[in-house]
Amino acid sequence: MHSTSTLAKVSAPAAVSTKHSVWKTSIRFTLVTALLLGLGYPLLVTGIAGVLFPHKAGGSLILKDGTIIGSELLAQSFTSDRYFHPRPSAAGNGYDATASGGSNLAQSSKALVDRINGAIDKLSAENPGKPVPIDLVTTSASGLDPDVTPDAAYFQVPRVAKARGFSEDRMRTLIEQNTSSRQFGLLGEPRVNILALNLELDKLTK
Amino acid sequence: MSANGWLQFAVFCVILLATVRPVGLYLARVLEGERTWLDPVLRPFERLIYRLSGVNADHEMNWREYAFAILGFSAISMLMTYAIERLQNLLPLNPRGLAAVGPDLAWNTAASFTTNTNWQSYVPETTMSYLTEMVGLAYHNFGSAAVGIVVAVALIRGIKRTTSGTIGNFWVDCTRTFLYILLPASIIYALLLVGQGVPQNLKDYTTAHPLETPGQAQMIGQGPVASQEAIKMLGTNGGGFFNANSAHPFENPTPFSNLLQMLSIFIIPAGLTYTLGRMTGSPGHGWAVLAAMFILFAAGFTTVYWAEAHPHLLIHHAAQTGSATAPAGNMEGKEVRNGIAASSLFATVTTDASCGAVNTMHDSLTPLGGMVVLTNIMLGEVIFGGVGSGLYGILIFVVQAVFIAGLMVGRTPEYLGKKIEAYDVKMTMLYVLIFPLIILSLTAAFVLSPTIGLSSLNNQGPHGLTEILYAYTSGAGNNGSAFAGLNANTWWYNVALGWDMLFGRLFMMIPVLALAGNLAMKKSVPPSPGTFPVNGGLFTVLLTGVILILGALTFFPALSLGPILEHLVLKAGQLF
Repeated sequence: MHSTSTLAKVSAPAAVSTKHSVWKTSIRFTLVTALLLGLGYPLLVTGIAGVLFPHKAGGSLILKDGTIIGSELLAQSFTSDRYFHPRPSAAGNGYDATASGGSNLAQSSKALVDRINGAIDKLSAENPGKPVPIDLVTTSASGLDPDVTPDAAYFQVPRVAKARGFSEDRMRTLIEQNTSSRQFGLLGEPRVNILALNLELDKLTK
Repeated sequence: MSANGWLQFAVFCVILLATVRPVGLYLARVLEGERTWLDPVLRPFERLIYRLSGVNADHEMNWREYAFAILGFSAISMLMTYAIERLQNLLPLNPRGLAAVGPDLAWNTAASFTTNTNWQSYVPETTMSYLTEMVGLAYHNFGSAAVGIVVAVALIRGIKRTTSGTIGNFWVDCTRTFLYILLPASIIYALLLVGQGVPQNLKDYTTAHPLETPGQAQMIGQGPVASQEAIKMLGTNGGGFFNANSAHPFENPTPFSNLLQMLSIFIIPAGLTYTLGRMTGSPGHGWAVLAAMFILFAAGFTTVYWAEAHPHLLIHHAAQTGSATAPAGNMEGKEVRNGIAASSLFATVTTDASCGAVNTMHDSLTPLGGMVVLTNIMLGEVIFGGVGSGLYGILIFVVQAVFIAGLMVGRTPEYLGKKIEAYDVKMTMLYVLIFPLIILSLTAAFVLSPTIGLSSLNNQGPHGLTEILYAYTSGAGNNGSAFAGLNANTWWYNVALGWDMLFGRLFMMIPVLALAGNLAMKKSVPPSPGTFPVNGGLFTVLLTGVILILGALTFFPALSLGPILEHLVLKAGQLF
């Protein structure tokens, strides 16, 4: 108790005299720093980024014959047999780039287990006897995961090769060429960007 | 689990530990008001801010004044954010023409960003204009981070100063933290992120015509992402520019950006342990505190990684065990580029700290993985912790540990030359008790109500309880991550979580400042043979034990009804 009473003696007069100015200072300080950090900082970064990395600052958009077909970084829907498919998406109604997100289903959710097992049954039909890579039947965190594992791309080879009339070896070579290894040989996981792979696929001729 | 996964963990640890000393030294220089190499550029700005805000930089504050200044700054800046949200439809930088934010959501979001929580009840892409993101939200990422840091520094000053009535000047501390630490680091970091692919522009969303179905346009949300991303991580804020947060390829496009993001969460909290040792003249104490943090962090990561790498027992005919060309385990709610290891590490880091950014959907984690991330928050986010708040949080446990050691040997406890007396212990107990009180009462209230509580659940069974428990824990702990299946954008949840976050911030910060003020007034007593040493292995073990016992035991009954029960019944083959 000794210490509290001393404290009160020291602080009481100061607290009274500064109460009024605390509000005034708070308002002025908030306005000044909001201008600097809320507007000045992002605008400065926007300016520099636009000069240094115009393509990336603009969302890494892909142009094909003058139209924007998507972003290098975002998944988009592919359902036909003629294309490699991305992972399933829980973003909006699927691959909605204004409603990113996952399924948020628990591991103990019946809905999740039923969904995954259903998808496995469907995929097993197109490549019988091979276990289905788990990333191909699970929704990603963003719903916009542009990548699949190399295994998940190879799994789709028989279907795409048949639909396009290409040899399976040719498809496998294409996947190999489009596989990114771990960054700096160390970070993350090896992966195949589905949109990039499908763009290369469209360039192949018989 | 793979060798590469452990290697990624090792690389993270080595880089982090290498930054502790240089970062801690720099922080100490800035906060002691010493000259730094940035002075020639920044000193004029610093003086300008003092002049425009009417701050007398030479004035020293006692703890009450210091606390009033924090409350004043928090209230005004929170009000500003609320106003911007409510009026965003009339303000510029709204290319999407988004409508004004409703009152309950605007309240929740303003409270959320003011308290360094960054809980998000909304889908940012379709709710917040660019101006709201920049001035309303990202501004608080600076403000709330600085407030955390300065309170930690005020506490360090309290430990260090003797027979002094004052603990510093809030406005000066805050300004120097902005200018010399957060702003320059954010500029460089944001540009690094753009280099990895994070967008940074002010243009409207882009309409893309997908390759297979050009007729079904894909609308691509963009904006000033990188600038917000940088301070979101550095300030352990965690509020995403997009709904999927750091899982979104635009926020976190590459494994390297992922590593940077994880490092930037821990870099200031880790450095502050060195600042503590430096400013109090006992470097060994700083390292001992860091060691306790590190033990708990490594244990958490190991458990999450182990749990997430396990195959799901009820899924058949799938390749769930790892290979060189496919990560394996629980991939629901994870991104391929990160895989199991980097996702588990991120989930551990973001909940150890009060960051709350996610690159993985925590709701879809395995029961045990989810339990660890929840427990990380329940321990008070002292495993590195939020910027500043992690350090003052663990110092509360340090005082408790010293107190308990004192009880064991029957001596008045001392901490770095200060006698720890009844008032000090009361303040630390207040800090420790308020936290579970808020969390458990609000959780209990919402669990009991089918209409306002349970109707928001995305999952049934024990996981449903965990969703609600996680929400209030995340709010009061100012973390901001979520078991995001819970629909929290309802009037009741918005209002209750708003208070949850404010109580969890201010009612814990004020006892810390009171403790700082009280310690500053004491005389220093020289160490005697009976003084319990606060450096070395014995102290680290004691501190780790106190954190685990005080933190985890409080919440054990709740955890056993949530994730532990879920784990057991799932193993028995039961789904919900």
